[in-house]
Amino acid sequence: MKLLKLVPDHTNIDFMRWRNLALVLSLIVTAASLAFTAYRGLNLGVDFVGGQLIRATFPQAIDAEQLRGRVDALELGESSIQEFGGPKTFQIRLPKPEGSAAASNVAAVRVQQMVESNYPGAKIDAVESVSGKVSEELARDGAMAIILAMIGISIYIWLRFEWQFGVGALVTLGHDVAMILGFFAFSRLQVDLNVVAAFLTVVGYSLNDTVVIYDRIRENLRKYRKMAILPLLNLSLNETLARTVVTSISVLIALGVLMLIGPEVVFGLSIAIFLGVVIGTYSSVYISAPVLVWLGVKPDSFLKTDEKDEAEAQPA
Amino acid sequence: MLEFPKWKVWLIASVIAIGVLLSIPSLLAGSPYSDAWPKWLPQYKISLGLDLAGGSHLLLEADANDAQKQRLQAMEDSVSTELRRDPRIDIGDISTAGGRLSFLVRNPAQVDAAVEHMRNLTRPVALTGNRDWDVSVIDSTRVVLTPTRSGTAQAMKDAMSVARDVVRRRIDPGGTKEITVVTEGNNRVLVEVPGVENPEALKQLIGQTARLEFKLVDLSANPQDVQQGRAPPGSQVLPMADGSGFMAVKRRVMVSGDQLTDAKQSFDQDGRPDIDITFNTAGARRFGRVTQENVNKPFAIILDDKILSAPNINEPILGGRAQISGNFTVQSAHDLAVSLASGKLPVKLNVIEERSIGPDLGKDSIHKGVIASIVGTLGVIVFMLVTYGRFGVYANIALIVNAFLILGIMAVFNATLTLPGIAGFILTIGAAVDANVLINERIREEVRRGRRLLDAVDSGYREAMRAIFDANVTHVISAGIMAYFGSGPVRGFAVVLLIGVVTSVFTAVYFTRMLVALWIRRTRPQVLPI
Repeated sequence: MKLLKLVPDHTNIDFMRWRNLALVLSLIVTAASLAFTAYRGLNLGVDFVGGQLIRATFPQAIDAEQLRGRVDALELGESSIQEFGGPKTFQIRLPKPEGSAAASNVAAVRVQQMVESNYPGAKIDAVESVSGKVSEELARDGAMAIILAMIGISIYIWLRFEWQFGVGALVTLGHDVAMILGFFAFSRLQVDLNVVAAFLTVVGYSLNDTVVIYDRIRENLRKYRKMAILPLLNLSLNETLARTVVTSISVLIALGVLMLIGPEVVFGLSIAIFLGVVIGTYSSVYISAPVLVWLGVKPDSFLKTDEKDEAEAQPA
Repeated sequence: MLEFPKWKVWLIASVIAIGVLLSIPSLLAGSPYSDAWPKWLPQYKISLGLDLAGGSHLLLEADANDAQKQRLQAMEDSVSTELRRDPRIDIGDISTAGGRLSFLVRNPAQVDAAVEHMRNLTRPVALTGNRDWDVSVIDSTRVVLTPTRSGTAQAMKDAMSVARDVVRRRIDPGGTKEITVVTEGNNRVLVEVPGVENPEALKQLIGQTARLEFKLVDLSANPQDVQQGRAPPGSQVLPMADGSGFMAVKRRVMVSGDQLTDAKQSFDQDGRPDIDITFNTAGARRFGRVTQENVNKPFAIILDDKILSAPNINEPILGGRAQISGNFTVQSAHDLAVSLASGKLPVKLNVIEERSIGPDLGKDSIHKGVIASIVGTLGVIVFMLVTYGRFGVYANIALIVNAFLILGIMAVFNATLTLPGIAGFILTIGAAVDANVLINERIREEVRRGRRLLDAVDSGYREAMRAIFDANVTHVISAGIMAYFGSGPVRGFAVVLLIGVVTSVFTAVYFTRMLVALWIRRTRPQVLPI
């Protein structure tokens, strides 16, 4: 059987030649993502801003405008109505009520009653109501978890490799997270608890690629002590290229299937991870590796101090 | 490389066999074949999260103001009781303003005695060296009791564990349903009830504090003063439950709902719903004595500081049984009966988060999730096969075994599968092959460098192991943080990822290595088909 080789045997691509171009590009996109997120904000779900959400499936396609009118007639504050995964399922969002917690449930119950009396056969799929207090905590915990995961992983890389690699990991993660934030700000996809899980997964998986490349760089640094850093990075990237491509494709196959035919509720989660894998693959090549050059990683970075003295004593 | 002792083969094979065995009951669940699984085999099953099974998730938080109020009130009651004992100490002007309890001692000579009594009422708080109340005297005759910080915290902790039990008894009086009621943090109770048709009824049951009190109506009060909220000393003004005005009642509690043994919904002689209550021995005795002493006077039946009704005591009630009438429907009488029988909540609970999922949505999600899992797995399997041939077959066997192991381990630990958990499962399938990709690419590389077959396979596994280890630690860190910070569904996702990391290293590294070693030993190939 002839085996599929997506990457030829002896590639010799000069990745590092475009590193400055890639850096400029990444800086622009990262800055644009952050600016866009700050300017337009994220479409935060009830999980993070509080409020109520009622998801209903109707027996046949309905007129969204009419539904909107009926919800508005209840005078429950500024509501929003969105299609969810098809023309028969709608998501009705109500703002966080003023005053006591009990009031929030009253509003959701009134919408429920309105739907049930006006649309016979309609089913209420889900009702969520999150108070301001809980939503603040969820938002804080979510942000905290993402930041802690980034720092925790970077510290691990620092301990296992060298400090430059730890910094490289942190920069790479910041880059990836900023880009996905920008994507969510741009696409207006709802950011809920699942999306936070997606961010954390991306943080884990983006580093997966980076770790494999760093491991090869470390191995080559020990093996070819006299090779200049740029050719050495290129060599390491080329040697791991086949693995990078094959793994990314297999993860993308699984996630693509999930995105296309999986349950609607996890669409946000799967698209965020899908995108994260693509961005993470790029950043493991063009962010994590060049950072090492700028931070001055040299072939002797992995020698112990006494070995280093010895190496310096002998003129190369 | 070829050194693969028999015991290792058997060990790996039995781990896999056990894993597969444990996963089967979960896979059969809900299918017509679930009864076919022999009873003597393990029956562990994965439980479905609320987002898949349908049901209600309620997060309740204790009302801190109410907690403080109830605690002051309880202290006020014990102070009155304590000082009424012999030698009686006369006090007046009891106040609970500003979160402190204070009263005047009428006879200045008794102040020290009163303080001594108060000290006996306070208790040390475990492990802190503090007492739960500070006792002090101001203006030489006013005794002040201030709750200490640790006392308040301890009281809240006690109240929450009682509240948890009360909530459980109310939702599930028979103790048969699979519900979750746990305390979270210092002042919260999490309730998860699968398959609820009507979450509103659930909230009605939990929302009521159900503090039942019987107090005498204060007939000496001036009706006009009462409507304006002023009561004579020793009395208080309470609203009527039906909103028809106010009534003055004596502060002293004659009998309270704590002394009930049972409560049932029933009907009065006119066919209106009411509640039959039964007192315990002490309660019955006290109720009998109080009704005897107050024949022909009205007494108020008070629920959560609202007066349900104020009937006249026509004759002493000695049997320890009474009826509570009020403006009930059958449903509200039934709910109140359940609440009374389960005891009062030590503190009012507010719903601060609610999520209810209909059962149909969950079924639809499972259906789509299962199909996506199968299609995704097949896609990865085909890709591995065309990329690595025989070594791809090994990776695929490992992949399928891995899927069973994840389910088996989840079943043993009774882990909860959530919708994001299914996503985590698919993701793990896609990512688990990474270890094999690393190994196989490394073997290809070593072959290209001209190594002999055995050396290439051996160093392929050895060299790839380092990267596999480090890469998996990064997953463990992010999934661990997710499991720690995440709630419900997200935690389910993290749990699947964590289990998947462990099982995938086992299957992708040790298991495939065994398969490859056995194959090489059996056929002695000259070239590697990779």
